[in-house]
Amino acid sequence: MLDRYGIVAIFALLAVIFPAVPLLLSWVVRPKKPNAAKRATYECGLEFEDLPEEAQNVWVQFRVQYYIYALIFVVFDVEVVYLYPWAVAYNALGLFALVEMIVFLGILILALVYAWRNGLLEWA
Amino acid sequence: MEILNKLFTNIYDWINGWLNVLIGGLGLRPDVASAIVAAIMALLVGTVVLLFGVNTVLSLIWFERKVAARVQDRVGPNRVGPFGLLQPVADTIKMFIKEDIVPANADGLVHLLAPMVALAPAVLAFAVIPFGQGMVPVDINIGVLWIISVGSIGTIGLFMAGYGSNNKYALLGGMRAVAQAISYEVPQVLTLVPIILLAGSLSLVTIVNKQSTLWYIFVLPIGLIGFVTYYISALAEVNRTPFDIPEGESEIVAGHHTEYSGMKWGLFYLAEYFNFFIVCAIAVTLFLGGWQGPLLPPWLWFILKTYALILFGMWIRMTLPRFRVDQLMKFAWQVLVPIALFNIVLTGVFMLFFKIG
Repeated sequence: MLDRYGIVAIFALLAVIFPAVPLLLSWVVRPKKPNAAKRATYECGLEFEDLPEEAQNVWVQFRVQYYIYALIFVVFDVEVVYLYPWAVAYNALGLFALVEMIVFLGILILALVYAWRNGLLEWA
Repeated sequence: MEILNKLFTNIYDWINGWLNVLIGGLGLRPDVASAIVAAIMALLVGTVVLLFGVNTVLSLIWFERKVAARVQDRVGPNRVGPFGLLQPVADTIKMFIKEDIVPANADGLVHLLAPMVALAPAVLAFAVIPFGQGMVPVDINIGVLWIISVGSIGTIGLFMAGYGSNNKYALLGGMRAVAQAISYEVPQVLTLVPIILLAGSLSLVTIVNKQSTLWYIFVLPIGLIGFVTYYISALAEVNRTPFDIPEGESEIVAGHHTEYSGMKWGLFYLAEYFNFFIVCAIAVTLFLGGWQGPLLPPWLWFILKTYALILFGMWIRMTLPRFRVDQLMKFAWQVLVPIALFNIVLTGVFMLFFKIG
């Protein structure tokens, strides 16, 4: 088993090297002539420096809705982690496992229904 | 025909034998020698698989532009080489020689690392997919779990791109892209549970071997519901139309990769097609029987089936308009997640009372 993960480690090494090689080749070949106009922040045709002071802020407010999506994602991801071993061992278990898993899923479906009814899954 | 089936495994065995003789003659301890041989073979296999991936991406770039053109009743690229076949080569050369413009006040390290983080999951996922009979780079016993774990890494790359660009549109686009990615991650992993139930194992090689009598998509109705739900959530995960709000050209400029140019943008482009290919390859392995098929060599069946799914995805892209972002989120949480959960319970009931799988 350990030797198989050695091969996976070699693939991870390749995953680090593979994007780096084109970037290195490109760094050798491409022109490097930065000037102020090129490095200005993109603003859909306007000039970033011409905007009023309040609009020159590049940090937008972090809407709480993103945090709620992340929270519900974590809940369901942990649920999936518990589902996978149950799925692998399902053939050897019996009706008891099915009923138990339906109870587990039921508790989490309850959480989803609660979020749904309280409007947490809407974008606005 | 048998020679064609075993072509790549024969080449692998030949190089392996030759390397064993070479390294064995150096007089090291036997376990050190076999470890060195295994490492070199793994590097070779990884390089070949990556070259296959890059070739596939290049041909997908050409394929997409030609298919899009024909759907839109025009011809597509036909100047660069015969039938425009050298168009991807021209695109690659263009990406190499363009200047890399980093915005002033941008976070340089994050800006540099984002495309690399976005490209890493596709390379890692290539390691466990069975391309043919006996042709899997490494057969770990948690194959499906590995794929979804590394698939989640790409999300960080999207957010790094939005954060490190010093541009409020890129930041907004990055946050939306992350919200979409994690929202569609949940139905994507939930729909794989019925397949694991039917196969009784997480290893991709076992799942393909168990489909020799019947592909899992034909195990009605669970296979069909699972396939449709997986394909839709996987298309949304890789930001293909109609789910491409993060990179929609008329929506938010170019979303999280607004401030990218040259090879860094090229890596994002590569990552999109790589991810699309990986997702179709996983769908083929888990639902459509992997390399199983009658007359042709197994690896040819795998390539044909994957390309069929890719063509289907491109067809969807050319036909459907883009979803609004609130429609997107509603669709994930209020439609796909309940269907996926229902499918799991249905599979459990079917397996117990009708004794399938």
